[in-house]
Amino acid sequence: MMHWIILPVVLPAMLAPLIGFMMRHDMVMARVASATGTAVLLAIAIGLAVMAADGTTQVYRLGDWPAPFGIVLVLDRLSALMVLLTAILAMIVLIHAMATGWDARGRHFHALFQFQLMGICGAFLTGDIFNLFVFFEVLLIASYGLMIHSGGKERMRAGLQYVVMNLAGSTLFLFALGTLYASTGTLNIADLAQRIPEIPAEEAALVRVAAILLMIVFAVKAALFPVQFWLPATYANAPAPVAALFAIMTKVGAYAILRVHTTAFGPGIEGTEGLAGTWLFPAAIVTIAVGAFGVLGARRLMPLIAFSVVGSMGTLLVAVAAFSPNATTAALYYLVHSTFAAACLFLIADLVVTQRAADTLRPVPATVQNGLFAALFFAAAIAMAGMPPLSGFLGKLLVLDALRDPGAMVWAWTAILVGSFLTIVGFGRAGSVLFWKSTATEPPPPDPDEITVEAAPNPVRATPTQVAPTMLALGVLAFLAIFAGPVSAYLEQTSAQLFDRAGYVAAVLDPSEEEG
Amino acid sequence: MEIIVASTVGILTAGGVYLLLRLRTFPVILGLTLLSYAVNVFLFASGRLAIDQSPILSPYSYGDTTYTDPLPQALVLTAIVISFGMTAVLVMIGLGAYLEAESDRIDLEPEMAESGKDDSA
Repeated sequence: MMHWIILPVVLPAMLAPLIGFMMRHDMVMARVASATGTAVLLAIAIGLAVMAADGTTQVYRLGDWPAPFGIVLVLDRLSALMVLLTAILAMIVLIHAMATGWDARGRHFHALFQFQLMGICGAFLTGDIFNLFVFFEVLLIASYGLMIHSGGKERMRAGLQYVVMNLAGSTLFLFALGTLYASTGTLNIADLAQRIPEIPAEEAALVRVAAILLMIVFAVKAALFPVQFWLPATYANAPAPVAALFAIMTKVGAYAILRVHTTAFGPGIEGTEGLAGTWLFPAAIVTIAVGAFGVLGARRLMPLIAFSVVGSMGTLLVAVAAFSPNATTAALYYLVHSTFAAACLFLIADLVVTQRAADTLRPVPATVQNGLFAALFFAAAIAMAGMPPLSGFLGKLLVLDALRDPGAMVWAWTAILVGSFLTIVGFGRAGSVLFWKSTATEPPPPDPDEITVEAAPNPVRATPTQVAPTMLALGVLAFLAIFAGPVSAYLEQTSAQLFDRAGYVAAVLDPSEEEG
Repeated sequence: MEIIVASTVGILTAGGVYLLLRLRTFPVILGLTLLSYAVNVFLFASGRLAIDQSPILSPYSYGDTTYTDPLPQALVLTAIVISFGMTAVLVMIGLGAYLEAESDRIDLEPEMAESGKDDSA
């Protein structure tokens, strides 16, 4: 049995208390430990991705208990991809947080950061649905701490709202698990995949209830309409590097929908056939609309980006809702892209907001390094809005191409194309106000209704290290666009493996795979 | 027995949801606590109700193989620990938010609207 699979969980879990207790007063040591830990995590994630690339589903039995009785961690292409995505994003965010000094503005940033990574990696690797709940709680409790990092009135209140929302979601998760266990007698995803098809359609009412309850829980995480309302307030008020890290949190919800509703309640099962897609699709369409109008209506930079994240989750879930290998490939490409695009935007917003001392969309005060920031914002915005040449365009193209089913096509194409257009307009307006009008020689007459914003007394120029993480994120987007062929070939194999439910079940439950 | 358990879960959930919708810190915390009690009882019931049975198959009870399902008990234990920890965190954050903002409202709109920053709500 390969012990590497559990390392993405164990490493941050060991490191976090060490940082929290041993290095609480020594920022330098905490930084070194956290950065080293994240770098090692990145190396492990690359190793796991290489391991999973040959297409075998590897299983790690905790305590060596055989599958439906013990908890298993499962490594296939999809989990390896998600862990790798987490590790790369974590590295970028961590460099940004250290370079801008965000980590020193409150206590225990690095310890919470590592706990957060532990929860995210665990959620991606686990093959047991109750264990998924536990990892959700781990990542949430760390995110509560990160969300209110460095405090402040607005942030504390937004944080409180975020915590209450997610605690209610957790309760719902437990209700769903209870229902599922009562009707099937198991919580192992592979075992569920084996047992649910055996339940005849007329007796599957409870399973259907559980499937929908689970979808609502994952939808809360994925910020799907009508439970998307926590996201803009949370992301807009969280510290910017944390908001960038949270870009992966919505993807945890999307991943959970993909994993559970494909493997356990997947297509072709009599009792739950088409259930998830029927509800997910219209909700995702509305989510795109909410995101697009939010981008158009936002008067501050951070909410603008937060709403664009809502819109991108809508696009992603429209593709997920098709539950076909083809659409899932597109969804995965868009998932990877939108994670980095959102993170990149938040990091740039942090640099811009730091210089301007406020994130209201007003031309005054002028930004100091206007050219640099304008270029970065422009690049990230076209990626997010889905214009060529960056990966957003290809991602949306793949999604549109995958949704050719006549019933869905009209709605999906209209929503995505109009939504993208509105997002472009919103970003274009924000960018021109922030970077273009602010350089106009004649400042516009002051608006009496607007809150006046004092310029930061001494605008600090962003150092190269502060800009580097943003460049890195843009580099990943460019990489995704340039190597779109190999990447989407890999993702095609990934979604083929995801839809090979028999293979997953056999790998997890087959006793012949047991070895020392 | 069934009717007692079922109505307990129902009443606790109803009370929890009602308190949750009050949108003030203290009722919301109580509401979430009630909800977590409800879900704990519900999880117990998901392993079927069995009274006076040990949670293990006993070799001494010939012919009578009834036992109570041990797994939901483990699940409930985990759920209790997590919800207890979460409640503690929520109380601390609620207190912090109250001291910072001098208001115990959970929703953001009214005050944000006053300060002219209504888009983030």
